[in-house]
Amino acid sequence: GKKLICVLFFSQLSRVVGAAKNETPQSRTFIRGIQTVTLIPGDGIGPEISNAVMKIFEAAKAPIRWEERNVTAIRGPGGKWMIPPDAKESMDKNKIGLKGPLKTPIAAGHPSMNLLLRKTFDLYANVRPCVSIEGYQTPYTDVNLVTIRENTEGEYSGIEHVIVDGVVQSIKLITEQASKRIAEYAFEYARNNQRASVTAVHKANIMRMSDGLFLRKCREAAEKYKDVKFTEMYLDTVCLNMVQDPTQFDVLVMPNLYGDILSDLCAGLIGGLGVTPSGNIGANGVAIFESVHGTAPDIAGKDLANPTALLLSAVMMLRHMGLHGHAKKIETACFDTIRDRKVLTKDLGGNSKCSEFTEAICQRMKDMD
Amino acid sequence: MVLYRVLSSSPNKPANALQSTLLNMQETIREPMVQDPTQFDVLVMPNLYGDILSDLCAGLIGGLGVTPSGNIGANGVAIFESVHGTAPDIAGKDLANPTALLLSAVMMLRHMGLHGHAKKIETACFDTIRDRKVLTKDLGGNSKCSEFTEAICQRMKDMD
Repeated sequence: GKKLICVLFFSQLSRVVGAAKNETPQSRTFIRGIQTVTLIPGDGIGPEISNAVMKIFEAAKAPIRWEERNVTAIRGPGGKWMIPPDAKESMDKNKIGLKGPLKTPIAAGHPSMNLLLRKTFDLYANVRPCVSIEGYQTPYTDVNLVTIRENTEGEYSGIEHVIVDGVVQSIKLITEQASKRIAEYAFEYARNNQRASVTAVHKANIMRMSDGLFLRKCREAAEKYKDVKFTEMYLDTVCLNMVQDPTQFDVLVMPNLYGDILSDLCAGLIGGLGVTPSGNIGANGVAIFESVHGTAPDIAGKDLANPTALLLSAVMMLRHMGLHGHAKKIETACFDTIRDRKVLTKDLGGNSKCSEFTEAICQRMKDMD
Repeated sequence: MVLYRVLSSSPNKPANALQSTLLNMQETIREPMVQDPTQFDVLVMPNLYGDILSDLCAGLIGGLGVTPSGNIGANGVAIFESVHGTAPDIAGKDLANPTALLLSAVMMLRHMGLHGHAKKIETACFDTIRDRKVLTKDLGGNSKCSEFTEAICQRMKDMD
């Protein structure tokens, strides 16, 4: 009865939460039924798309309780920029978060909010599943790939210096630890999500030591996951092939800059940042799912925003938590609404309001029951 | 160097002009490139980005087998080249597609100011491909390299 369901739930969860395989899931929250998730609505259209997601989750009867927090950077003791303590506390407790778009204030010295979050929770993997959306046509069909980007080091270490006037050097930092971590995460993800192959994207022919180290760690990880096929491909070749036939790709793992580029490229293939989900995996079991589009201040508060990206990120979150049934239900309702093409927000080619689009999805789920 | 582009206000579609601004490559160039490459003109960038973008854009028009390339050096030196591989499996079998090298040579003629000849050769090449009667295997046909070459030559004779 209930005990069996709990055991099945638990084992399902352990199977899926790959990154935290060395951690013990918080049994009290998962098995009890209702999981509390930190919600960061964000700025601009953030609050309204967050409301849309909450409404849809409610209609889906997803066992999620939302704990809203703000992450505007504040100056802590010693003048160091940090996220508000209550936001950190909430994430540390709940482990799982959903985040809308954040604007970065232009004030001098103010750090990037996303960078701050990344450093606070050691969000080392940025994961973007890119799947073609029926009803939202792009020049590319049947895209179904995942980009996994190392998000802590590489070309974005921020280490630059002036040699002499007019000559600048920038350090690309690649470490064994970070490379091993991301490589193993990629294989674990592939295994847990029934993906057939992992491709390491690199330029080790040119950057022999840095990309060479990264590639070596991927090869070593591949040895531990013989059930997943491993290939290697130069970044420029990947880009060339990606725009000609993206269906040949599955899971791609790569260092920071290449991931930055490829993840946006792939988002473009399926329709852009407005429809692409994203997840950030951190240390200690933390995972923050987020929409990666901007705050769209020009349409904020006008009930015009498209909540799809945040919704699909929330669906990704449900899968990460092992709640596959609810994930499938919400995702299906969303995709069916888009495929139907009757109620679509402006960016998707329609002229419905955000609330109407949201309601259409909720209605579909009611009809499913 | 910088890239200037017109942005729309929508986070989802980079369509209409509302403001122009400095763009960094990381932000939105990847996505718009595959959604609507027609919005771009000349793009200048540092080495790595160029390595990536040049191949990406070659992919958009059909790949390295049809893309011309030129390298500009100091002291007036310029070397034009096809950037595909040596294709050892079809070497010496009269199966290769000379388009990439031909278009690079056309680029060379333009660089030298020989615009008339450049136009003539380029037109003959494009017309042959558009006609779709004599195409090498990679272009979807089953003609030999020499047949494709002859078709282009014939067109130019007919132009005179």
